[in-house]
Amino acid sequence: MTALTRLLRSIPFRLALAYMGVFILAAALIVGFVAWRANQLLTTKVIETLTAEVTGLREQFQAGGPARLTAVINERIAEPGSSLYFLSDAAGRKVAGNLSRLPPELAAGGQGGVFSYVRASDPTLRPRQAVGVPLAVPGGLTLIVGRDIEDLRRFAGTMGQVALWSVALLAVIGIGAGLLISRGVLRRIDAVSEASRTIMAGDLSGRIPRNGSGDELDRLADSLNAMLARIEELMAALREVSDNIAHDLKTPLNRLRNRAEAALRDASGPASYRDGLVKTMEEADELIKTFNSLLLIARLEGGAIAESMSPIDPASVIGDVAELYEPVAEEAGLVLLSRLQDGLTLVANRELVSQAVANLVDNAIKYSRVTVGTEGSERPQIAISLAPVDGSIEIAVADHGPGIAPQDRQRALQRFVRLEKSRSLPGSGLGLSLVAAVARLHGGSVRLEDNNPGLRVVLSLPEHGPAGALQAAWTS
Amino acid sequence: MRVLVIEDDRETAQFLQRSLRESGHAADLASDGESGLSMARHGRYDIIIVDRMLPRLDGLSVVQELRGSGMRTPVLILSALGEVDDRVKGLRAGGDDYLTKPYAYTELLARIEALARRPAPEEQETRYTVGDLVLDRLSHKVTRAGEPVLLQPREYRLLEYLMKHAGQVVTRTMLLENVWDYHFDPQTNVIDVHISRLRSKIDKGFAKPLLHTVRGAGYMVRDGTD
Repeated sequence: MTALTRLLRSIPFRLALAYMGVFILAAALIVGFVAWRANQLLTTKVIETLTAEVTGLREQFQAGGPARLTAVINERIAEPGSSLYFLSDAAGRKVAGNLSRLPPELAAGGQGGVFSYVRASDPTLRPRQAVGVPLAVPGGLTLIVGRDIEDLRRFAGTMGQVALWSVALLAVIGIGAGLLISRGVLRRIDAVSEASRTIMAGDLSGRIPRNGSGDELDRLADSLNAMLARIEELMAALREVSDNIAHDLKTPLNRLRNRAEAALRDASGPASYRDGLVKTMEEADELIKTFNSLLLIARLEGGAIAESMSPIDPASVIGDVAELYEPVAEEAGLVLLSRLQDGLTLVANRELVSQAVANLVDNAIKYSRVTVGTEGSERPQIAISLAPVDGSIEIAVADHGPGIAPQDRQRALQRFVRLEKSRSLPGSGLGLSLVAAVARLHGGSVRLEDNNPGLRVVLSLPEHGPAGALQAAWTS
Repeated sequence: MRVLVIEDDRETAQFLQRSLRESGHAADLASDGESGLSMARHGRYDIIIVDRMLPRLDGLSVVQELRGSGMRTPVLILSALGEVDDRVKGLRAGGDDYLTKPYAYTELLARIEALARRPAPEEQETRYTVGDLVLDRLSHKVTRAGEPVLLQPREYRLLEYLMKHAGQVVTRTMLLENVWDYHFDPQTNVIDVHISRLRSKIDKGFAKPLLHTVRGAGYMVRDGTD
């Protein structure tokens, strides 16, 4: 399709064309009406003048006979802009008047009408149009009284031409403007199409251009850009998952393989085969756990579980987790303290919130254990607290472990990131990133703070769930 | 006990059949939903293991059809889909338990044994007795050799579940699901610590332990003499 046919087929152009059609039709109607009305008025005026002329001449004739009539006619034709006269005797000879001959159009019948004549003073001998009436004057005379309408005709003709040209000009300007406007709109739409094609071809970071006017196309571009941003985010998450699977699952898989190979090579009897197999299975179980966590995080980040949220009592949900971990903490030589505010309601997924808090408590116990026995005689504490803060519910788990340096805090929330200090401890490195994913799914956030000493992780969830958070963002 | 395995993956199905036979159970195989449904209707099985994704008729529809025709045989659904929503859908369709792939055979065995011997709601006992350990479900009192044992509410529920399945292996996951109602896997083995606390309350000071650890599988409450 050429650029021109595309332009001609564009919606703005077709709209402009339709508008033009209607507009020209209306203009033609108006101009036509005005012309008709003007013509009517002028014709009436000519007839009135003629009638007055005829009446005046009849009076003169009645008063003074043919001689007086002739005198009056001669008197009148001397004035500029006079009417046309032709007075002839019974034999048809001209007696008086400014017409050179009896107009043949009027001689035929008694009716008045249009005739043409040549003005005596006009050297070009151009025939002019006039309207006249023949009158039978007693005594065998014939009088023709007429009025020149050439100028009127010219005027009407000019008017008509002007109207025609105006309409033509309007049409040209309209189509031209339609093309220009269409081209402008078409250009912007082409830019959108072009951008989408580039993005489809693989460059997900591309965005649809906007011209900043805030009009419909800009708003459309905004929506599309928001959609693209989300797609890019999801694609990045997907890529990250596959990258992580490639990098981080290969290591344990390799370990698993080595273990099986070693068992096969070195085993001296059924007992050591058995031992090798048990270890292989344990390794496989760990892999499965890691894999499950990864899948869960990916699914949470896809936002697919949002429908399974319901109002829960956070104190009882977190209390249950605390109760689950209390014996583990005690065995590790720690004190698990809970300060949970009662009577709150939180719209959330109970299972996921439990799992997130369990991960936090699990981490807290794991990292506090490192410092147990090195810090005086008092047993280190892990504090779990729950409090409402400004439309959100903040769940905090604080320990007195080694903490995380401020510059490492953001990184610690990412998948598989295990800060150097924690390399020696078991775990997949997915704990905190799962917490972050749960927070995001609920429309909340995770903060890592200093517990002086130790780490305080705050999981902040909007009271009314993700829908509520969205609502609050709209109204603020 | 007679087990029907409806699973389209040949290798998995044969592994299950062989393992179930080794554990002393008879297992029949069906490789698609339709033949599985007709076998379930015409054979007399103690338990049905059904994969969620099957050719011809999917697992959930098989369970729905069975329940629709009034069959009450316990059903364990196996699935690669393990999210909370999927589990809820499976149980709502009429499944009695839901196990996510990949699973350990010991876990599967423990679950089907627990399911097959599950009494109907109307015939649930009000009192569990294992050796000289007695749990009264009406008064929530526990005694060992006539002496009262004081338990925390959660410890009581833990013991109740173990005693309900006395003589059967109960896995950690089963405990997490049934006693705590958690379907995730805590990273630390928290259950072991709860069990050792419970053990110190019911077994400490007695010559014959009743709460046993089954290596590589889970726990079992059992009177040592049987």
